[in-house]
Amino acid sequence: MQAAKDTKRPRRTGIIAAILRIPAVQTILASLMCVLAGLLIGYIVLLFINPQGAGESIINVIKNFFTWKRPQQQLKQFGNTLAKTIPLIMCSLSILFSYKVGLFNIGTAGQYVAGACASLYAALAWGWSWLPCMLFALVAGALLGAIVGALKVYCNVNEVISGIMLNWIALYTTNTILTEVKEKASPYTMYFKDVNNKGALLPNLGLDKLFNNNSYVTIAVPLCLIIAIAITIILSKTRFGYELKATGNNKNAAKYAGMAENRNIILTLMISGALAGLGASMLYQTGYMRWECTMSSVPAMGFNGIAAAFLGGLNPIGAIFSSFFIQHITDGGQYVNTNFYSSQISDVISSIIIYLCGFVLFIKLTMNRAIARSKEKKEAKK
Amino acid sequence: MLLLIQYTLIFASVLLLVALGGCISEHSGIINLGLEGIMVVGALGGALVMRNFYTLPPALMVILALLAAALLGMLYSCLLGVASIHFKADQTLVGTAMNLLATAACTVFVKAINTAANPDDHSSEIEYVAGRKMFIVNINGFEFNWFMLVAIIAVVLVYIFLYKNKLGLRLMACGEHPQAADSVGISVVKMRWTGVLISGALAGLGGLCYILAGVSLWKFENGVAGFGFLALAVMIFGQWKPGRIAVAALIFGLFRALSNTYVGFPFLKALNIPSNVYNMMPYIVCLIVLAFASKNSAAPKAEGIPYDKGQR
Repeated sequence: MQAAKDTKRPRRTGIIAAILRIPAVQTILASLMCVLAGLLIGYIVLLFINPQGAGESIINVIKNFFTWKRPQQQLKQFGNTLAKTIPLIMCSLSILFSYKVGLFNIGTAGQYVAGACASLYAALAWGWSWLPCMLFALVAGALLGAIVGALKVYCNVNEVISGIMLNWIALYTTNTILTEVKEKASPYTMYFKDVNNKGALLPNLGLDKLFNNNSYVTIAVPLCLIIAIAITIILSKTRFGYELKATGNNKNAAKYAGMAENRNIILTLMISGALAGLGASMLYQTGYMRWECTMSSVPAMGFNGIAAAFLGGLNPIGAIFSSFFIQHITDGGQYVNTNFYSSQISDVISSIIIYLCGFVLFIKLTMNRAIARSKEKKEAKK
Repeated sequence: MLLLIQYTLIFASVLLLVALGGCISEHSGIINLGLEGIMVVGALGGALVMRNFYTLPPALMVILALLAAALLGMLYSCLLGVASIHFKADQTLVGTAMNLLATAACTVFVKAINTAANPDDHSSEIEYVAGRKMFIVNINGFEFNWFMLVAIIAVVLVYIFLYKNKLGLRLMACGEHPQAADSVGISVVKMRWTGVLISGALAGLGGLCYILAGVSLWKFENGVAGFGFLALAVMIFGQWKPGRIAVAALIFGLFRALSNTYVGFPFLKALNIPSNVYNMMPYIVCLIVLAFASKNSAAPKAEGIPYDKGQR
């Protein structure tokens, strides 16, 4: 609609106004505003707690791995952040994919847990190698997504509430199942090497060499980028993607036009769940983390995915950058001065960013109005 | 058995208070998914009062704690009100953000005051043994909590407010057809704010009740374990009607209480079911119940849709 209006108007305004009117530019600007406001509020919170080290701490949050002095160390820490960014990208892809159909898949967190459960159990108990483990995680996530979809379609259950319930069910089930493969002395699951199954680790493809021999940088990185591009293509270039977006914009119109809306909803949530499940296997199969079988809350990865998805303007490519940013400041939280502050300050910042993302629509509207007004003024002068 | 009844009643009170909050907010047309976050903030307010003012006379302390929880809940719910009433933000997104923010912000805050009091203390815990005692009356081993009374009063008040009161009826009109309500001179903005603020107060009280249920030490990193969402399920099962919500809350409370007390029943213990299954129980029951209860939904027609004057 915006574009149609633009062509009718005479092109006399400045280049800046023209650039500002491009929707993509507006989205990026709005996201940057959210980020800046989030960081500012985080800084103010730190100031309130203790004005002395606030400036240094917020800068450390932003610097993250750059706080290390030696470049070798920086590279290694960069690799760690990257390894954790991958599952976050997958989770945010999962959220944005379902959001295109008008569904808020908060169950991503639980589907991620299901993926972790499947890949770890297959690797530790059955000794599967990495690819089957990954596929098993994908299936587990998809299955959980399908339950949410089926409940939505056939029983009219709000997907947010069923998603939350399934998150807790998935968490407790996973704790029970993975207790079978945990170490005797600790609540953590065993290492892959303990069961002589190093084949379950994702192959490095030489990428570890780029990051000062950080073995957590694996095939997951290129794979994840390929998936993000694939999602972009599915959404913008295929009939299926078009149907999904049409269903999201107006369910009744889509139905009237002969689209199978029920099938589309279930399929979307299955794909969404599969992405989250796959994301979990991409983290746990690098060996970076082990599952803690006494976990009493759902891992934050799925919820951070919401932040990343909205910050990225609900665009798969945008999600890559926003995910990296969110993970970057989340990791940066550990570099605050812990004499005064706690690392959760980065959670505060990212949740404020999500909150502010709710205002993006309003920010865009104001931008368009301001541009239109300045243009009118210019024309009046002439 | 007495213990089971006690836990059932206290968890039912939590769910009831929060579900009534959700119910009023939805009747005004705003979906309040931030209930969970509001509970955490309310709990923080109450816990702080209990920790700092336990020297006051019990009655005064109890009232002060209730007020603090309700007030902080209302204050926090303003985040939802501003975004969804004035800026037409996506209510699901804002609610989710509020839930995440509440846990993170309360953790940071509690850690900061703990560390300020004692530099070696980096925990996010608040202890309120003395304060909790003032809430409880021991009757032959049955711990009566004043919150059970508060919950009963809340049901009656909400019923009167919604059905026997001009304000309540107008509020419900704004959730059914805001344009029609506006055309007869009802301010939709005012009504929706009323709904959001009342839900904030009730959810704040519910949060305080939740941390008083079984323990006298609360770790704010943990949040409230999905209780805000369980309350929404109770509300849906109760078809947005106060009386039915009370019954639904009792059923869900029973299942939640089982996970705390099943060890006390020889026949349940003999079954040898892992404790995780009991932990899962309320959520599983909730899903099954929702699957059956959601089909003929009596939800307010305009809930979740930002009010647009120009729309007819």
